[in-house]
Amino acid sequence: MAETRFTGTERYVATPDLMMAVNAAVTLARPLLIKGEPGTGKTQLAEEIARSLERPMFEWHIKSTSKAQQGLYEYDAVSRLRDSQLGEEKVRDIRNYIVKGRLWEAFESAVQPVLLIDEIDKADIEFPNDLLRELDRMEFYVHETRELIKARHRPIILITSNNEKELPDAFLRRCFFHYIRFPDADTMEKIVRVHYPGLKSELLAEALKSFFNVRDTPGLRKKPSTSELLDWIKLLLAEDIPPEALRDSDPKKAIPILYGALLKNEQDVHLFEQLVFLNRRAGR
Amino acid sequence: MLVRFFTDLRAGGVPVTLPEFLGLLEGLEARLASMSPEDFYYLARLALVKDERHFDRFDRIFAEHFAGAEKLFDQLVTELPEEWLKALSERLFSEEDKRRVEALGGWKNLLDTLRQRLTEQKDRHEGGSRWIGTGGTSPFGSAGFNPEGVRIGKAGSRQGRAVKVWEARDYRNLDGDVELGTRNIKMALRRLRRFAREGAPEELDLDGTISSTARNAGILDLKLQPERRNAIKLLLLLDVGGSMDPHVNICEELFSAARAEFKHLEYFYFHNFPYERLWKDNRRRFSAITDTWTLLRTFNSDYRVVFVGDASMSPYEIEQPGGSVEHWNDEAGRVWMQRITAHFPRLVWLNPEPEDRWKWTPSTAITRELVNQRMFPLTLEGLDRAMRELRHRNSYTPRNVS
Repeated sequence: MAETRFTGTERYVATPDLMMAVNAAVTLARPLLIKGEPGTGKTQLAEEIARSLERPMFEWHIKSTSKAQQGLYEYDAVSRLRDSQLGEEKVRDIRNYIVKGRLWEAFESAVQPVLLIDEIDKADIEFPNDLLRELDRMEFYVHETRELIKARHRPIILITSNNEKELPDAFLRRCFFHYIRFPDADTMEKIVRVHYPGLKSELLAEALKSFFNVRDTPGLRKKPSTSELLDWIKLLLAEDIPPEALRDSDPKKAIPILYGALLKNEQDVHLFEQLVFLNRRAGR
Repeated sequence: MLVRFFTDLRAGGVPVTLPEFLGLLEGLEARLASMSPEDFYYLARLALVKDERHFDRFDRIFAEHFAGAEKLFDQLVTELPEEWLKALSERLFSEEDKRRVEALGGWKNLLDTLRQRLTEQKDRHEGGSRWIGTGGTSPFGSAGFNPEGVRIGKAGSRQGRAVKVWEARDYRNLDGDVELGTRNIKMALRRLRRFAREGAPEELDLDGTISSTARNAGILDLKLQPERRNAIKLLLLLDVGGSMDPHVNICEELFSAARAEFKHLEYFYFHNFPYERLWKDNRRRFSAITDTWTLLRTFNSDYRVVFVGDASMSPYEIEQPGGSVEHWNDEAGRVWMQRITAHFPRLVWLNPEPEDRWKWTPSTAITRELVNQRMFPLTLEGLDRAMRELRHRNSYTPRNVS
């Protein structure tokens, strides 16, 4: 185990409050609930923690149909029924039909793992409540085989949420909570530097300027976030756009080039076109 | 001191419980935050606050407590030997910074000015009528921080930075009690969607199961499909004209954006109070009118009704025939309101005025009584309560008023 404290990685810029959150959650063995605007690196955080602390990582992506039970184990009754019709030998042992879930796999890990429960708010409203005991005691009972499964090491649990549903109080009480704020200009510069170390300062400054200008436009439906900025810069580099081209693209006068990476729906593009049109007329 | 902080948080509306408080103590014991006030602030927020809507309240209460703690700190400073302070500033500041600090009359002075300026600005701001309307721009941004252009170096004072973290109140827009604006309209939309959806349990897809079992040579293959329902019908009645217009626009946008989630969404306008006529097009409000009786006949009782209006007017406009400011109404507004509430058992009134001001306007009190106390402020939290109210079945037994 190389590191015991998380201080960000060469690919991930962590603010002091985020470092505090991760280290507190690791030290006190509490699940850490992460919220924030889409595209601020919630999911990536888990990967980076696993990488920097050198732990195995288990991901459990939640969908609207996910059930808490699926994270523990599933009893595949249908295939057992089918096997019984075919007269297979393995039908006699129920163990053959118990399918392990991500939580079980994490519990079995030989070293302390990182478990990511991604987008917990997508699931049914009862979902977090069904996991209370498992997260608290780190154990669960398999009724079919009458086994008690206990975690060998308490996993570092990260839970992300996009705020689509309110989470139950009893669940929140067991977690630490951190809200990733949208990075300010300085942090953003660091983040871009981390991803594109060879980027010319001039281009970066201009790109950031027009990016924050776009973000500040009132009335946008989906504000571009960090991941969109990174995509955009990648495009700018791929197309070999000189910084001068960006300088003229003050969003008040023209839509930024390659805006497709920043604006994700036609209403927003439309809004921009209107603004540009109005400003041109006013400038005349 | 920490226990008082805990009770103050609870009193201030941050829902903290004992296990969470113990979690904070555990963290302090594990020496997670030992040296700087910033660390302590981050740890406390992490352990005690579980929703970004409460960050702003937490910041305010934290600031109050920290102000007290700082007085202790000042006492310490006066007692501290000068060499110690010097050594500290040697370590923290560059030469340039120190000169700048000296020019401003020492760093204690600097801190005081800073804090004074912060309070000044807060007072001036809160002295105005409302925070909203600034578009959510924090008055304590970098420009707000130094209104006269006094530039404090980046390594300026650790203390100064620390004060800023929680006094900047960056999370104000996330507070659930702030009025709806373009910033939190997205959140409001989510509340509405949640209201419109009634769960998505899976149900057996019988046809699919039969056909896929047949294709599977008679071996059972179950197929499930998500259940779909959106049965909510909504009728919006909006007060237009004058001061209400911006709020009404927000509401209209809000509900139209959520339109796909409702089975039906209809809206009508009125001015100040609903009487015998309503209209759909504001430009033709005197020609293309809808009779309120027609409205009551057209939309049956399973429509939910949402009124949006500030309900502040002269009480005559509700109580007297002919009280309308626009036309002669044969029957008083009160009668019409009673007919509407009797016809639509599920009904709420959203009021953009802050809740604590309602009691000062008699007409608001009357309206509130007419809608059977189902008046809610136009905030995220109020919207939540209103939607909860609308979801209830039989929350209100209709009276017979003809």
